[in-house]
Amino acid sequence: MDTVADVMTRLEPNTRAAARGLSDLSIRNLFIIPTIAFLIVFNVFPLLYSLYTAFTDYRASTSAPANWIGLANFRDLLSDPFIWRNFTITAKYVIISVTGQVLVGFGLAMLLNRPIPLKGLITTLLLLPMMLSPAVVGLFWKLLYDPSFGIINYFLGLGKFEWLADPQVALYAVAIVDIWMWSPFVMLLSLAGLSAVPKHLYEAAEIDRAGPFYTFFRITLPLVAPILMIAIIFRTMEAFKTFDHAYILSTQPTTELIAIRLYKMAFLEWQTGMSSAFAYIVLIVVVAITNIYVKYLNKAKAR
Amino acid sequence: MQRQLYRLMAGVAAIALSAPAAMSQELTIFWAEWDPANYLQELVNEYEAETGVTVTVETTPWQDFQTKAFTEFNARGSAYDMIVGDSQWLGAASEAGHYVDLTEFFNTHKLGEIMAPATVKYYAEYPGNSGKYWAVPAEGDAVGWSYRKDWFEDPAEMAAFKEKYGYDLAVPETWAQLIDIAEFFHRPDQNRYGIAIYTDNSYDGLIMGVENALFSYGGNLGDYSTYQVDGILNSDASIAGLEAYRKLYGFTPPGWSKTFFVENNQAITEGLAAMSMNYFAFFPALVNPATNPNAEVTGFFANPKGPNGDQFAALGGQGISIVSYSENQEEAFKFLEWFIKEETQKRWAELGGYTAHAATLESEEFRKATPYNEAFYQTMFMVKDFWAVPEYAELLTAANARIYPYIVGGEGTAKEVLDALTADWNETFKKYGRIQ
Repeated sequence: MDTVADVMTRLEPNTRAAARGLSDLSIRNLFIIPTIAFLIVFNVFPLLYSLYTAFTDYRASTSAPANWIGLANFRDLLSDPFIWRNFTITAKYVIISVTGQVLVGFGLAMLLNRPIPLKGLITTLLLLPMMLSPAVVGLFWKLLYDPSFGIINYFLGLGKFEWLADPQVALYAVAIVDIWMWSPFVMLLSLAGLSAVPKHLYEAAEIDRAGPFYTFFRITLPLVAPILMIAIIFRTMEAFKTFDHAYILSTQPTTELIAIRLYKMAFLEWQTGMSSAFAYIVLIVVVAITNIYVKYLNKAKAR
Repeated sequence: MQRQLYRLMAGVAAIALSAPAAMSQELTIFWAEWDPANYLQELVNEYEAETGVTVTVETTPWQDFQTKAFTEFNARGSAYDMIVGDSQWLGAASEAGHYVDLTEFFNTHKLGEIMAPATVKYYAEYPGNSGKYWAVPAEGDAVGWSYRKDWFEDPAEMAAFKEKYGYDLAVPETWAQLIDIAEFFHRPDQNRYGIAIYTDNSYDGLIMGVENALFSYGGNLGDYSTYQVDGILNSDASIAGLEAYRKLYGFTPPGWSKTFFVENNQAITEGLAAMSMNYFAFFPALVNPATNPNAEVTGFFANPKGPNGDQFAALGGQGISIVSYSENQEEAFKFLEWFIKEETQKRWAELGGYTAHAATLESEEFRKATPYNEAFYQTMFMVKDFWAVPEYAELLTAANARIYPYIVGGEGTAKEVLDALTADWNETFKKYGRIQ
């Protein structure tokens, strides 16, 4: 009896395929090879090359060769108070933004997780923000925040409140934009989780006269927790990388996130080696945080 | 089938390889996206008409100009034959071998005598006083001021100003007067504000703005030949200049925390501010009724003097350099020979470009050509620039990081800011071996 491999690899003689010399296996490989080549060229090679440059004094703007300097870049970065300030600002931003996204996204999911008229249309409209380009979002939110003619101040009756010019408020303003843009993502995952909660649990709770808070904290949240954790992991990783809308909205030092500092170091100052080292520090931090989240995720799943 | 495919590929390759030989000579000049680049395109169309060589002025927004240019340089790309690069790039681009040495061209054509001295010093020569040249001064520019003549000439305003300050309301001749007038016209309840200044810290906007105050108060950014910064950048004069700029920020419209040439022109076109700083290159839009409803009542003046009579303005402008990786260097040199001709420079000025050609600048015809040309002419003989060393971007980043929170956020004092910046710049110069 022919196996799948036989069918895939066997060529009937006197066929066009036989004349071309291309078997199904070859065609399959031809489809995969470009993708693998792309990954190697644009992912693997840059990763390894930047690891090398992280230990050199290389500057791409000069023709001077890269000299090995060991851990000097890492030492300089970790002893630079401005870099620690960037990390602090980013951590604050991540906490505010992700917390906001979870609260708003999960709240929206709870509201939508019931039969309501036009539910499909409402859900689609709520998903629109995350489909927009972050740069475009930054540009029009800058107009919305304008103290002279922005509609946010107008509708909230805030007069000429300066969202982006006030260094104490600017970071919150940027985080609000991120929450607006990515809450739909959390909402989507939460909806999936909520719809998977067995209805009979709610019925049983109702029979036992369980209140809404009890039902939420003892049934809904524990069962939705794993998928919520996945949403938090993704959003935390993305929040750490925030660049587009933050760069456009504000150039305040109090909103200089890691990605913005990295961009300036790499492409304005052309400190290629130093910025590679910085990128690896950020990578290690993100991987560490993700590992912590995954541990909690596994615990939640086990429960 | 395979043989047909190979034949097709060979044919395509043959066409691709022969295409350049079949096309006429072309040159590409890279510049930032602004009006002077449009004027240059109009000018080079005349070169094409004369010589048959097509010259294209390719542009990109100012915020991306440096990144895009240096990305191409670092890749040793030949996309651009010439570049109208920023004056601060001279050091970085020349030391890295991105620019063709134009010293021989400069000396052969006596450009040191033909072009305005400040433009030769800042747009073309690196290192300072070395006699080595890397660019031909192309677009002279500096910071000037526009103002609402109707507000200044209103009899009621003039009377009120005289009563409050004890002298006549007129175009400010000193920074003290500039601050007084900004304070006088600052009326948030009427949606009128005193002044518009640069605060954008994403590139050099804020620092160029601060330079106008710092230089005119007698301060400096350091000694460009010895790299000494201590006692110069944080001198009493520099501190006073920075404090003056901070005072002006208090009279700007709300939300004026990331502003550059677009916003500062809007301050006049939208009737927001009494006075606005901007590079002269952006003033044509202010005298055009189509772009400025207040064009008829917009006037211009040069940067005022400081308390000790010093009068300087931040230099803008660029020189045109030949890119080392260009495959058309010979043709590029021919273009430059055409560009430096007196009749071409006159034509450049007519089209709106700010010629650096001294004779054209000094002519009555040029000085009377527009309402701002006289101020421009005066300014071009009192300009100073930022550091043009290869590590200028790091100096700029440090300056933005220290100065911005003080100007916009009111954090710290001017002395603390300049002391900290002095330390930062010393570290940077030590890192690159400029000082011990």
